[in-house]
Amino acid sequence: MNGMGILKGMGVTLKRFWETYWDDIVWWLRRDKRYESEDGISHRMSTNTRGIFTIQYPEEKLPVPEEFRFIPFLLYEEDENGEQHDRCTSCGICAKVCPPQCIWIVRTNDPNTGRPIPEPEEFYIDVDICMNCGFCAEYCPFDAIKMDHDYELSVYDRHQHNIYDKEKLSKPVSYYASIRPTNYEREERARAEAEAAKAARKAQHN
Amino acid sequence: MSEQAMVIENTLEARFPGIVSRDERKGYEGYIVQTDKLVAVATRLRDEFGYDYLSSVTGVDYLPEDKMEVVYHLYKSTGGPGLVLKAQTSREAASVPSLMPVYPGADFQEREAWDLFGIHFEGHPDLRRILMWEGFHGHPMRKDWREAYYEEEGKPFKSRWPDGHVWRAEDKNPFNKNVDYPSGFDPESWVPESDVSLYAGMGKVVKSGNVSDLKTDQVVVNMGPQHPSTHGVFRMVVTLEGETILALKPVMGYLHRNHEKIGERNTFLHNMPFTDRLDYLSSMSNNFGYALAVEKLMGIKPPERAEYLRVIMAELTRISNHVWAIGFLLNDLGAYFTPMLYAVEERELILDVFEAVSGSRMMCNYFRFGGVARDLPEGVHEKIRKLVYDRLPRKIDEIDLYLTNNEIVRSRCEGVGVLTPEQAIAYSASGPLLRASGVPYDVRRADPYSIYDRFDFEVAVHYHGDIYDRYMIRLDEIRQSLRILQQAVRDIPEGPTQEGKPQYQVRVPPGEAYGRVEGPKGELGYYVVSNGKPNPWRYHVRAPSFINLTPLEIMCVGNKVADSVAVLGSIDIVLGETDR
Repeated sequence: MNGMGILKGMGVTLKRFWETYWDDIVWWLRRDKRYESEDGISHRMSTNTRGIFTIQYPEEKLPVPEEFRFIPFLLYEEDENGEQHDRCTSCGICAKVCPPQCIWIVRTNDPNTGRPIPEPEEFYIDVDICMNCGFCAEYCPFDAIKMDHDYELSVYDRHQHNIYDKEKLSKPVSYYASIRPTNYEREERARAEAEAAKAARKAQHN
Repeated sequence: MSEQAMVIENTLEARFPGIVSRDERKGYEGYIVQTDKLVAVATRLRDEFGYDYLSSVTGVDYLPEDKMEVVYHLYKSTGGPGLVLKAQTSREAASVPSLMPVYPGADFQEREAWDLFGIHFEGHPDLRRILMWEGFHGHPMRKDWREAYYEEEGKPFKSRWPDGHVWRAEDKNPFNKNVDYPSGFDPESWVPESDVSLYAGMGKVVKSGNVSDLKTDQVVVNMGPQHPSTHGVFRMVVTLEGETILALKPVMGYLHRNHEKIGERNTFLHNMPFTDRLDYLSSMSNNFGYALAVEKLMGIKPPERAEYLRVIMAELTRISNHVWAIGFLLNDLGAYFTPMLYAVEERELILDVFEAVSGSRMMCNYFRFGGVARDLPEGVHEKIRKLVYDRLPRKIDEIDLYLTNNEIVRSRCEGVGVLTPEQAIAYSASGPLLRASGVPYDVRRADPYSIYDRFDFEVAVHYHGDIYDRYMIRLDEIRQSLRILQQAVRDIPEGPTQEGKPQYQVRVPPGEAYGRVEGPKGELGYYVVSNGKPNPWRYHVRAPSFINLTPLEIMCVGNKVADSVAVLGSIDIVLGETDR
């Protein structure tokens, strides 16, 4: 019959409308918070969600997964005296593997011998140009550069603020461990194993 | 090379003695045809050998040998491996005969080769620039052409390390001072010739058949470049009589960034994230095609688990792309945003999966040569399983119920914008556009790549070739993709996801390769030439969004203006890929 198609379609719309508010009512009756709560957001992100599942940014934020990547940062370790040691050795692999070539590194040279020291003197990333591909983090052999989770980076004047220098890029290892716990654990395990193997080889040698 | 192709080639050489000779260069395949006999050879290949589908036409600039080469990739619309033809010409007076009379689908591709390489195609009826603007000086894909911000022939640039004192390209070469005008040229008073010739050509439409008594004028109207339903910056110049379209010419290139030149400055690995930006709605499929092409050159294969992951990601991409296409087609028909948002909600859940796996929702950059970047993080397999077994089938049925039998949709779409199977093949249409016209050609079946030969699925096909069938075929394809996904999710083995150690500088032996996949928009091909250096010598993208526009005019002529919007929506283009 003519018009049935439209009526059925209207039925779908009505069902959607109902589902959107039905969940609100159920959560309210259960005295649960459907909005601005962790439970509510994870329910709306799950495959069981019904109706509209918008996240009300910026009041609520979509939690980012661990692999989420946005703008690289440099890792430093702190020793017991509070001194910071860069993990970066300025080997330049990240600068070579960067597709838009937005990484600039000045290598430190020993003033007496002129030989390179494994530590960057300066390190710049032009975040206007960075395409967030994550290659630098993926191919760094020292786990010294990683991708960040912070995506709210707007500034008023990009010419002034959007070339990040070493100071702005550096973050402690503990920060990295907090945003990427499983990656951090895997890397630490691999590092410990490599060191144990090295020690074992040395012991055997002696 | 397969046995079948060998047989054909042997007879080919015997059939055209002295005209066709095998390409003997190391790593190359196919045939070199004498340039002046090209049309005759192509005609017989089409009529006697069955190579009726021209997939790709592109130029290569062999600067050291001082010659230009035009490469043709031909296929049979009944399936099977392809045939590569090459025609060589000098660099100074580059000219080859146009294949337009044999394959009308060569139209835009030859215009592109003229535009970017300066290869003249003799006999092409409308050889204008297509991607660059009319006043552009030179042909940018030539190896001796340099861009305004030129730094070095290939990346990585030496200025970045170990003495990388940062500077901005804009500071060294400020805006407005980075252009050299030829002497005596005044940009203010200059009128582009091409628009004049375009409009002049459009005005000459002669009516045939029943001429009405009403005295009417033909009007040339620009739809776009800024128009809400051209899906981006895209212009259709239409000649109208009343509301009926008499002629239509697409004008594109507003988003052109010379992706291929950038690709030739890049190293092989650098190109991977750049492919994401072509068709930005289906970046996983773009990665797939490029990875296949380079892996063919390198002679490696990814491990089993990586193959499954690739198929899962590619099929999820197809679903997310098709729900988007369906949603926006309804938008183009005037059903503002409700159907679109219903459809796009499902895409959102798929993007969550992509984000968890690759780190980014749209610019995934997930594939590597010989594998994928990383394994599935915890919980993602379960989420994909729930999606493909439960949620998506349910939701696709809901969209089906919601739209398919809607009387307004049917009356707007049925019988409008018809493309016959013969036209679809001749005009090199691909993907859903081709299959909605009754040609069951799907690269996954016709010329299987990766592990698609293991899965049980059907090639969706519809026979009317109108907008409605193009809508229906997307629904069918989503269902077939779900079938593939259900099998892949069930069968995926454990194991490594990368062949060998990940390397940031891959060694690619000299040669050429054409990797093609069935992307959501159609056949997506990458033609890569390596000369053994870290950067590809030639990197060409056979973009389905671009080539599927070739039959746009024949689909629109005779319909109303409002239908041209729906026809364009049913082709499903993304301007990032059209303009490259």
